[in-house]
Amino acid sequence: MVSENLVKDVVTEPYKYGFITDIETEKICKGLTEDTIRLISAKKDEPEFLLNFRLNAFKKWQKMKEPNWAEIGYKAIDYQDIIYYSAPKQKEKISSLDEVDPKLLETFDKLGIPLTEQKKLTNVAVDAVFDSVSIATTFRKELAEHGVIFCSISEAVKDHSDLIEKYLGSVVPANDNYFAALNSAVFSDGSFVYIPKGVTCPMDLSSYFRINSGDSGQFERTLIIAEESSSVSYLEGCTAPMFDTNTLHAAVVELIALDDASIKYSTVQNWYAGNEEGVGGIFNFVTKRGKCLGKRSKISWSQVETGSAITWKYPSCLLLGEESVGEFYSVALTNNLQQADTGTKMIHIGPKTKSTIVSKGISAGNSVNSYRGLVKMGSKAIGSRNYSQCDSMLIGDQAAANTFPYIQSQQPNSEIEHEASTCRISEDQLFYLQSRGIEFEEAVSMMVSGFCRDVFNQLPMEFAAEADKLLALKLEGSVG
Amino acid sequence: MQSKTKELNPVLEVNNLFASTEDLPILKGVNIAVNPGEIHAIMGRNGCGKSTLSKIIAGHPSYKITKGEIKFTGQDIQSLEPEQRAQSGIFLGFQYPIEIPGVSNLEFLRVATNARRKFLKKEELDTFDFEDLVREKLELVKMDSAFLSRSINQGFSGGEKKRNEILQMALLEPKIAILDETDSGLDIDALRIVASGIKKISNKKTGIILITHYQRLLDEIKPNYVHVMSDGQIIKTGDSDLALELEKYGYEWTDNFLKKQ
Repeated sequence: MVSENLVKDVVTEPYKYGFITDIETEKICKGLTEDTIRLISAKKDEPEFLLNFRLNAFKKWQKMKEPNWAEIGYKAIDYQDIIYYSAPKQKEKISSLDEVDPKLLETFDKLGIPLTEQKKLTNVAVDAVFDSVSIATTFRKELAEHGVIFCSISEAVKDHSDLIEKYLGSVVPANDNYFAALNSAVFSDGSFVYIPKGVTCPMDLSSYFRINSGDSGQFERTLIIAEESSSVSYLEGCTAPMFDTNTLHAAVVELIALDDASIKYSTVQNWYAGNEEGVGGIFNFVTKRGKCLGKRSKISWSQVETGSAITWKYPSCLLLGEESVGEFYSVALTNNLQQADTGTKMIHIGPKTKSTIVSKGISAGNSVNSYRGLVKMGSKAIGSRNYSQCDSMLIGDQAAANTFPYIQSQQPNSEIEHEASTCRISEDQLFYLQSRGIEFEEAVSMMVSGFCRDVFNQLPMEFAAEADKLLALKLEGSVG
Repeated sequence: MQSKTKELNPVLEVNNLFASTEDLPILKGVNIAVNPGEIHAIMGRNGCGKSTLSKIIAGHPSYKITKGEIKFTGQDIQSLEPEQRAQSGIFLGFQYPIEIPGVSNLEFLRVATNARRKFLKKEELDTFDFEDLVREKLELVKMDSAFLSRSINQGFSGGEKKRNEILQMALLEPKIAILDETDSGLDIDALRIVASGIKKISNKKTGIILITHYQRLLDEIKPNYVHVMSDGQIIKTGDSDLALELEKYGYEWTDNFLKKQ
C-alpha cells in the first residue's frame, strides 16, 4: 500500500493552461430568462426555427429537476448567477485570420494550437472556440474541395440551415435531460461537420475549446453528420484558466452515421480541476450521443478525462442500423478532490449490432471515480453482442472507485459480457521498479500507462502520446 | 599485500546495523563486509532477518534503521532513494519477484538499463541497440525472447521469474548483488542454469551475497565466506566448510553454539 504522503506528493504539478487572456469581452448580464434566450438568438441573427427550438427547450428545462443520482456532491449551482453569453470583442465581420485579435491567436499558440497560415498544424484542421464563439477554422478551403463542411455551428445555422433544422436535436432531444435542455436553450457556439456520401475526410478534424472568463458558462454544441460510406476522425481538446470559482460547462454533442459510415470521436479533456483543497474547477456536465442510423455504420468514442472538478458524462451509442457498431474507450483520472461519474450507454435496437466498452478509471488523492454504464438489448436486437470491461486502479488509500453497470435485455438471442477488476498500485510493485533504478514518478507513470494501454491504442497517434504525457503530468508529485 | 588493499576498500560494509519495521526490531547488530570479487553466503532459519537485511540495503521504505550504518564503496547510503542505490550499482535479486501487469518486460529492462548507464555516464541505448544487448544476455539464463514481450513477471513460472532476476543482474552489471533465495523453488536443471548465469556474470569487481537455505547452490557457486544468521545477528562466520557442517547438523547446532556463547 502506498503511504498517504507518497500519494499527496505525486499529483500536485501546477496546471500549465491556467493563464487568463486579458481581452475586452462583450458580455450580457447574468441570469437566465426568456429574454436572455431571445437576446442570444438575436445576437446570432438566427432563423425563427432555432429561436423556437431554444424557447421550447427553455420551457422544458424550467419544469425539469437537476439530476442527483450520480456519485457526486457539489454546492447547488445558481443558474441566475451565470453569464450565458461572453465573446471577445472584434470586428463585425472577419474575412481572414489577419483580422482576428492577435491576443486570441497568441492564446491558442500558447495552448499548442497555432492557427495562422504559416504555423498551423499540417495534419489536422482546427476549429478554435473561445468562450462563447468560434474564432477560426483552418483548412476550410481544402476541405471544401472534398465537399467536407467544417465550420462553427453559428455559421452552419446561416449557411446550411436545412441540415441544422433536420438534425439538430435529432439525437439528443431538447428534453433529454436537465443539462441537455439547458444547453439547447442557451448554446452559443461549437463545431459543425458534414461529410458527404462516399468521402473519407482527408485529414483529422479537431475542435479546441477554451474557457477564458470566470463567470460565464460554456455551452457548446457539436453536430457531426457522416453520409453513406463516408468516414471521419474528430478530436476535441479543452482547457480553462484557474479560477477559485466553479464554472459550468454543459455541452451537447450529436453524431449521426448513415449506411456504412464511420465516425471516430476522441476527446482529451483537461479543464481546470480546482486546487488540492477542491476550490475552483470546472463543473463538466456533458451529453454526448451518437446515432448509428445506417446499416453497418460505426461510432467510436474514445476519451481521456483528466480535468474538471466534476465530470458527468456518458458518451453513448444508439445502434439502430443492422450490424451497426458502437465503441467506447475511456480513461478517467481523478486526483485530489475531483469527482467523476462517467461511462456510456449502448442501446442495441437493430439486429446483429455490436458494442465494445473498455473503461479504465484511476483514482488518486481523495477523489471519487465512478463508472456508470448501461447496456440495453431491445426486443429486435437479435444476434447482438456486447463486451464490457471496467477496470479501476487506486493510488493511495483515500481514493474511491465505483462501478455501476446496468444491464437490460429484452432479447434472449443476444449476448452481454461484463468483466470488472480493481487493483491498487502496491508499494512492493513500486519498490521493485525503483530497485532497478527507475525513478519513483516514472515507475508510477509506467504502471498507469500500462494500465491504460488498451485505451491509448485506440487514440489517434499524436493524441496517444499527449494523453500519456498528460497522465504522467497529472500524477507528478501526487505519489512522490 | 594485494589482499590487504582489497580489504581496505570493501564494496559493501554493514556496521552494527539495527533495524525495525512497525517498531518491531528485526536486525540487532549486523556486521558484514564484502570486498570486490568475493562471494558471501548468508544462511539461517526463516525469519532470522536475512531478507530484511537485503531489503534494507536496497532501501525498502517499510524498514527503519535505528542504529549503525551501511556503506557502499565507502559512502553511507542511508539518505539515498532505492533508485539512486540501484543506479549506483546495488542490486537485489528478489525472493518473490512481483508481477506488474501492463508494463512490458522489454521496456522495463530498457528503462532500468539506461538509468544505470546514465549514472555510469555511458550512452543510453535506443530500442535497437538494446534488443541486441538483451538477446546476448538472454543466452546466459537460457531464456526465450518471447519473455520480453510479456508483462513484467506476469504468468511467469517460479523458475522463469528467478531467471528474469538474473537477466536483470546481467544487464545492470552491479557492484554488489544480493540474491535473496534465488535458488528456492527451482528444479535441478533450473538451478544449474541460474547458478551458471551468476558465475558468468560475476567478476573481480563484483561482490555477491547469496542468501540461501541449501548447499546445492553453494556446490555450484563456491562462497569465500559463509555467515550464519540468527535472531537478527550474524552469529558465526566461516569458509565454505561451515555450510557443509550446517547441512550436516542443522540450525540446532548453531543454537547450541549460541548458548555456549
